[in-house]
Amino acid sequence: MRLINRHPGRVSATLLGLLPFLLIMLVYSLASQERLAENPNDKLLPGLEQMTAAIDRIAFEPDRRSGDYLMWQDTTASLERLGLGIGIAALLALVVGLLNGVLPLVRSNLAPLVSALSMVPPLAILPILFIVFGLGELSKVMLIVIGTAPIMMRDVAQRVRELPGEQLIKIQTLGANSWQVITRMALPQVLPRLIDAVRLSLGPAWLFLIAAEAIASTEGLGYRIFLVRRYLAMDVILPYVIWITVLAIVIDQCLRLTNRRLFPWYNAGGH
Amino acid sequence: MSFITVKNLWKQYGDQVVLENLNLSVKQGEFCTLVGASGCGKSTFLKMLLGQETSTRGELLLEGEAFPGEPDRNRGIVFQRYSVFPHLTVRQNVLLGLELEQKPWLGKLFGTARREALEKVDAMLESVGLTPSANKWPHQLSGGMQQRLAIAQSLIMRPRVLLLDEPFGALDPGIRGDMHDLLLRLWQETGTTIFMVTHDLQEGFYLGTRLLVFDKVRNDPHDPQAFGATITYDLPIGQTDRKLFDDINESVSETARHQAA
Repeated sequence: MRLINRHPGRVSATLLGLLPFLLIMLVYSLASQERLAENPNDKLLPGLEQMTAAIDRIAFEPDRRSGDYLMWQDTTASLERLGLGIGIAALLALVVGLLNGVLPLVRSNLAPLVSALSMVPPLAILPILFIVFGLGELSKVMLIVIGTAPIMMRDVAQRVRELPGEQLIKIQTLGANSWQVITRMALPQVLPRLIDAVRLSLGPAWLFLIAAEAIASTEGLGYRIFLVRRYLAMDVILPYVIWITVLAIVIDQCLRLTNRRLFPWYNAGGH
Repeated sequence: MSFITVKNLWKQYGDQVVLENLNLSVKQGEFCTLVGASGCGKSTFLKMLLGQETSTRGELLLEGEAFPGEPDRNRGIVFQRYSVFPHLTVRQNVLLGLELEQKPWLGKLFGTARREALEKVDAMLESVGLTPSANKWPHQLSGGMQQRLAIAQSLIMRPRVLLLDEPFGALDPGIRGDMHDLLLRLWQETGTTIFMVTHDLQEGFYLGTRLLVFDKVRNDPHDPQAFGATITYDLPIGQTDRKLFDDINESVSETARHQAA
């Protein structure tokens, strides 16, 4: 049988999927053991023991100086920024994208600007944000907004324009005015697509969040990683990276499930 | 005065003449079928009736007034596909027009108004045979059922003109027969004026009250776009015989061959 026609069963598919993870863990633990055997104080490849000890210290014991549980404090601070940033960006994307997609007059007016803005490298204007908005929360949230909104705006406008032209004619023959075309035809059909756009934008959003926290912050996941880097504290950095990854996966899956739950017509091929 | 009047109507796209010198007068309540080779301007004419296209020259009048330049609630349309809204259930699809009409800002009905509207909707669904599927999504329906839904959605608005653009083109022959019966029945019940474009000459010949054949009278082999199509036959249905059918069929296929060459 040709290779392209050989499909794994359910169990073997799961095992095949797990294999790379297990291999990475195996390679890491072998390398780590070797280094630790040579020098028990090695910091570069900490073993499981050191990492659990670090997590225990940072997540389940109050900080000696401030009395806070650092990992939870970092997590809530980061998630707040991320949620606020991506939420504002999604809202902007919805409004501007809908108007750009439905109204030709607005499209001629705004689409070139949106395209130009989406080409500006967001990190390049981070210094401007710090100067304009100060070093507080606002500049970090704004970086996420500026970094993700233009692309989502373009995406939403594109999705609106992909709706079949027949629908647009049909709703007009049912007597719809322009406002109703937006609220009853374009908006409900574009919402599930917006959620997909948000899922795709979460990657860049995390990038901007951690970059902003690394440069100017006093708490947050990105701040902590860059802070402990000075002490080569891989036993903290590695669990933090895994924790961030887990958070990203959980958020992504929550959005996916929300989409399925809220828009049954969309996910059953009704578009 | 006739209901719809077409006087010396021309439609050109640049150098390409699509329709030339079209003249027509249609009474209220007629059921016209438009047939002809593809590229002979049937759909263009339908789009002009709909307000999606404007004429280059000539007049297109509805009760003596120029046609509105954009689609409105007086002219219903059913396309071959994509005529229903995938994000609304069958019932919501039919309800939509009533909601849009009564609530310009909200676009939704609540309470008593909604219940009253839903009674109309359910009666309409009953008459097109979609009652068992009232709460399904459009993607769960077969092609024929989706077209029934599209017709119901348009007819609940009681449009003065119903335009059908190859509505049964994508359906199986058996289903098509059922749809013909349904359409004739609804037409008799509502008295709406219907224009139906079809590429199926047989369908055009036996459905409706009047057959309009769009064809090119002149043809320049070196410049196929130089001449447009016009109405070559305008027949009341009932006077049909086999010989005529064959004549029209031959003429239309010849034009189709010229187009393709």
